[in-house]
Amino acid sequence: MPKTDSLQGSLDLLVLKILSRRPRLHGYAIMTAIQEISEEILRVEEGSLYPALHRMEEAGWIRAEWVIKESGRRARAYELTTAGRKQLSAEEVRWQAVTSAVGRVLRMA
Amino acid sequence: MSILSRITNVFRRDVSRDIDEEFEGHIADAIEHGRDPAEARRAFGSPLQLREQSRDLRLLPWLDSLRADAVFGMRQLLKRKVTSLAAILSLGLAIGACTAAFRLIDALLLRPLPVAGASRLYMLYRQGIGFDGKPQTFDGWAYPSFELMRAAVKDQADLLAVSYAEQVDVTYRSDQEMEKVYLQYVSGRMFPDFELRPALGRLLSERDDISPGAHPYAVLSYDYWARRFDRNPNVLGQTFHMGERIYQIVGVGPAAFTGTETGTVTDVFVPTMMHPGAIRNDQTWHRSLALLKPGVAVEPVRANLHATSRAFELDRAKGFTGMTKQSIEHFIDQTLMLAPAASGASGIQQEFRRSLIALGVLVALVLLIACANVANLMTAQAAARAREMALRVAIGAGRWRLVQLVLVESAWLAFLAASLGGIFAWWAAPFVVGRINPPDNPARLPLPADFRVLAFGLALTLAVTFLFGLAPALRASAVRPASALKGGSDPHARRRLMHALVGVQVAFCFLVIFIAGLFAATFDRLSHREFGFAPDRVLTLDTVAQHAQPSVFWDQVTDHLRTVPGVESVALAGWPLLTPNGWNGFVSVNGAPPGPVLAYFLSVSPGWVEAMRTPLIEGADFRPADTASGGAIVNETFVRQYFNGASPLGQAFAKGRSRYHVIGVARDAPYRSLREPILPVAYVPFPTAIRTATFIVRTSSANPLALASTLRQEIPRARPEFRVSNIRTQADLVRAQTVRERLLAMLALFFAAVALLLATIGLYGVLDYSVLQRRREIGIRMAIGAQASDIARRITREVFAMVMVGAIAGLALGLASVRYIETLLYRVNATGPAMLLPPLLVILAAAFLAALPAVFRAVRIDPVASLRAD
Repeated sequence: MPKTDSLQGSLDLLVLKILSRRPRLHGYAIMTAIQEISEEILRVEEGSLYPALHRMEEAGWIRAEWVIKESGRRARAYELTTAGRKQLSAEEVRWQAVTSAVGRVLRMA
Repeated sequence: MSILSRITNVFRRDVSRDIDEEFEGHIADAIEHGRDPAEARRAFGSPLQLREQSRDLRLLPWLDSLRADAVFGMRQLLKRKVTSLAAILSLGLAIGACTAAFRLIDALLLRPLPVAGASRLYMLYRQGIGFDGKPQTFDGWAYPSFELMRAAVKDQADLLAVSYAEQVDVTYRSDQEMEKVYLQYVSGRMFPDFELRPALGRLLSERDDISPGAHPYAVLSYDYWARRFDRNPNVLGQTFHMGERIYQIVGVGPAAFTGTETGTVTDVFVPTMMHPGAIRNDQTWHRSLALLKPGVAVEPVRANLHATSRAFELDRAKGFTGMTKQSIEHFIDQTLMLAPAASGASGIQQEFRRSLIALGVLVALVLLIACANVANLMTAQAAARAREMALRVAIGAGRWRLVQLVLVESAWLAFLAASLGGIFAWWAAPFVVGRINPPDNPARLPLPADFRVLAFGLALTLAVTFLFGLAPALRASAVRPASALKGGSDPHARRRLMHALVGVQVAFCFLVIFIAGLFAATFDRLSHREFGFAPDRVLTLDTVAQHAQPSVFWDQVTDHLRTVPGVESVALAGWPLLTPNGWNGFVSVNGAPPGPVLAYFLSVSPGWVEAMRTPLIEGADFRPADTASGGAIVNETFVRQYFNGASPLGQAFAKGRSRYHVIGVARDAPYRSLREPILPVAYVPFPTAIRTATFIVRTSSANPLALASTLRQEIPRARPEFRVSNIRTQADLVRAQTVRERLLAMLALFFAAVALLLATIGLYGVLDYSVLQRRREIGIRMAIGAQASDIARRITREVFAMVMVGAIAGLALGLASVRYIETLLYRVNATGPAMLLPPLLVILAAAFLAALPAVFRAVRIDPVASLRAD
């Protein structure tokens, strides 16, 4: 697996988390969900969302299938796989460790 | 997503479409949510770049580029149909010939026998000075000697006796329905040692190796069972007659095992104990194979075997009479050797090893010539495509990508050629095997097209791809865009490469033609040599009786055959001339001790010299009185050898206890082989009773075989004791002697023609290309008044220099290679001008021919047009 920097790591984490709560979302919905839940604080860069989705799909964490939306257009809906669930908990642990470490540094320095 | 889906995605057209549709959906969603379309698109970024990113994730980028190159390469080939086809055909022929040669060499010399422990299998042979005073090797053994050796090494190795596979007559029902089968006497324990399982019934075992004559059991080979009995399981328990014995079929061997004599498919295996010579000290009738136990070193076993064999022969030599002291010493001083026999042991292997390797080298040379041709073609093409390449580099293609682009195109050529070659090899290998032996007795060699052949073909194809593709590919990728786009790359560099390849082609071509010439000359000399008899219109009928019959009965048959219409003369001989049979002994003249040179003998009846049309130089044919009193007709070599060339009429000589006096001198005639020097031969009368002999019948019709079936019936009609076991014409026997030479000459000439054709085409291509490339220069030269002859010289000078360099290199190669094929030649002075000059002339003529069109094209260039073009 390619090395992920912290920003990409957090995008992966957010996408996986969203998909674990709400299965079968398409790309645009994932983006808006992140923005809504974070109350517009986190903005997903649209250009980097799809390469991230396709990379995670390639890694086997999520899978996609074409669904027909009410509007009649086809959309690619994503959902978490078992491997994705494992990855999500690992990412969560890592994120907690990083944020608490950053918190410690902020407190102590 | 798995690697598999990434591979399949490479070949799906809709991967990009899927990605685009998803992106479009995103933008549409954004617009639905009230965003400004332009803003949404700007925020999304470049869909093309994102698509590339996602594509690379979903499929294997290297495979994708390979696919693209493959499609592009194929289009390039289709664009130039004629040249591509020529390249594929020539390469295909060469690859096919190489693959066929590999199949043959593999099947005959390399492929391990399908038995357990093949890599630990060795053949015993002796090396020393033969009775003729020349170094020789011999792989035959007497059974008692074999038994001693087997006991001596029983802890390190299992020794197996296997007789030379021989064609024998067997009958399943009545005597008149005789069939020929290939029979091998084998140690029973061979089957368990080789871990072979019966397809039916049982195989032989150690229990069949116990007492002489007590194990009349036979195992059929699977091949014979399928051919003769249509896989009928009822063969078990059936019996057949062979000689005076009845054998019972007890089993059928496994399908893969065809005996240990590679090149012959054994039909029937019987125990060694059933061989009439099983307990004789003085009959060497079988090979000995040693199956070493795992981990046993070879040399100690060899030393042990050598000591045992030497002790046996020392003991036996005490009883030798009629031999010179020196011959006996040479005989004792032989060294026992072990040769690896993983691929079996056969005379065909020994006879054809060198020939096949020589042929393999020839076809490899043809392949190299073909490769040089295609390399030149690709180089010329690369020149034409220099601008395309430059453009690719200019817009960011990597060097490696360009190498790949050109190599993939080469690989297309190579693989198309290889498939064609595969078909050719599939046909050609059995074609050659069918011509290894005379037509009535062809060599049989299983030629499986398995992974070994496939792997060879694949490796060859890849090697060929790199051989002709790499140089043009590297050259194409080394293009400098700035200069190439301006149209001014260095044209000479490219021509230098092409000229070097022309030199190599000519050198190899010379070598191939030279060697083909040697083989053709050998065949010619051999088939046009003096025979000392007239082989045409002579039929030989090998005839056998159940028991030895008195000579009166044989004479009755002879007399009866003389009355058959169409028969000119009839005589009896021990066997026909030019068969492998031989009977020899040391001769003592006028009571002196025996001389050191072996003389050969053949029993003949009165009238034999007439039937064979062997001219008598002195004396006369046998009269009835001579046969009883030991008259003998000797040949000229015999006279030179034993009577110092003086007239021998009336002189006496003896072989052991038999005494003879010379009544005639016959013209020299080859005895058992056309290739060996004439042997000293004495034709002597038959003993009083014999079991087998050959009727020599000279017919009046040009096709003696027309009488074959009549004569076959007339012989038992004259005397019911006799039956004919084999009918051949003397002319066929002569032809059989030149089978190898004919095959070598035929194939070598064919490949020489192919090599010459390829080299000529190559030369033509290079010249044509250089005219095309230099047409501006030529135009300028003509415009300022150059003569046509001057232009022609300029065009051809360099190439002809390369042809000469190549021819000289080829000459050197040829002279160096002669000693490797010397044993295959017959009375040919390989290093003489008669053999060296013709290939040179042929190549020069071909080069001249190849140059003509290019020269015409050059001198007809219109200066104005050529300078205006481009």
